[in-house]
Amino acid sequence: MSEKASPAIMRSMLGRARGLGSAKSGTGHWWAQRVTAFALLPLVLWFVCAAIRLAGAMRADVAHWAADPLVATLLVSLVLAMFHHMRLGLQVVIEDYIHAERPRLAWLLVMQGVTGLLGLAAIIAILKLAFTG
Amino acid sequence: MTDTREALMVARTSDGRTVRRPLSPHLQVYRPQITSTMSIFHRITGVALAAGALLLVWFLVAAATSDAAFGRVAWFIGSPVGYLLLFGWTVALWYHFCNGIRHLFWDFGKGFELPQVHASGKAVFAATAVLTVLTWIVILAAR
Repeated sequence: MSEKASPAIMRSMLGRARGLGSAKSGTGHWWAQRVTAFALLPLVLWFVCAAIRLAGAMRADVAHWAADPLVATLLVSLVLAMFHHMRLGLQVVIEDYIHAERPRLAWLLVMQGVTGLLGLAAIIAILKLAFTG
Repeated sequence: MTDTREALMVARTSDGRTVRRPLSPHLQVYRPQITSTMSIFHRITGVALAAGALLLVWFLVAAATSDAAFGRVAWFIGSPVGYLLLFGWTVALWYHFCNGIRHLFWDFGKGFELPQVHASGKAVFAATAVLTVLTWIVILAAR
């Protein structure tokens, strides 16, 4: 490699590496996907066991179950980790398959809005059950 | 040519003809392998589970609303379509769960040799089947 061929680069190596990548935000997305994956391993196991025990339950049984502070805490944690993990995953799927800039942006915004609202609705429902039984 | 990247896809063959370069690996000509198949299954099950999250939200919101609203979600879950969807989501959940653990091992730099990748892939299929059957035995026994 000849030195003459490359133009002078005044920025540092770190400065050039920062903010690169297809999402323009470094490793934050990748890291958050892994952290939420780890959180979901025990939470999903707990939820599947809990859901099986609730099979065929009446509304009052579900309300009584969710009124336990530990259950409400785990449910909110599950919804937070699940919806964050889901949003990150759906973002990659949309970015991979929708190439044109404007439809991609539109899909990303719709997905963010829908997942955000659904996650919020789930959390408010859990809190209502937790506080009112 | 609408995209400047298209320029990179144009090439000449040895006899001078202009051709459009094939992408590699090209899905239409690539033999499905356990590695690529499991990778796309991970994505498909992930999207399916996102749809399944709708049922979880519906269930929680209905439980916090009224007996009538809860009756509707309970009726849906207990219907044949509900059972079919629940079964599909159980398969998707255990597959995504097990293959996700496989991915986390890779993130730690473990299990990258091809024989290990094939073995862990088969283990994921086996674990998915065992966990799904186990889950449904417990569900049906609890009824």
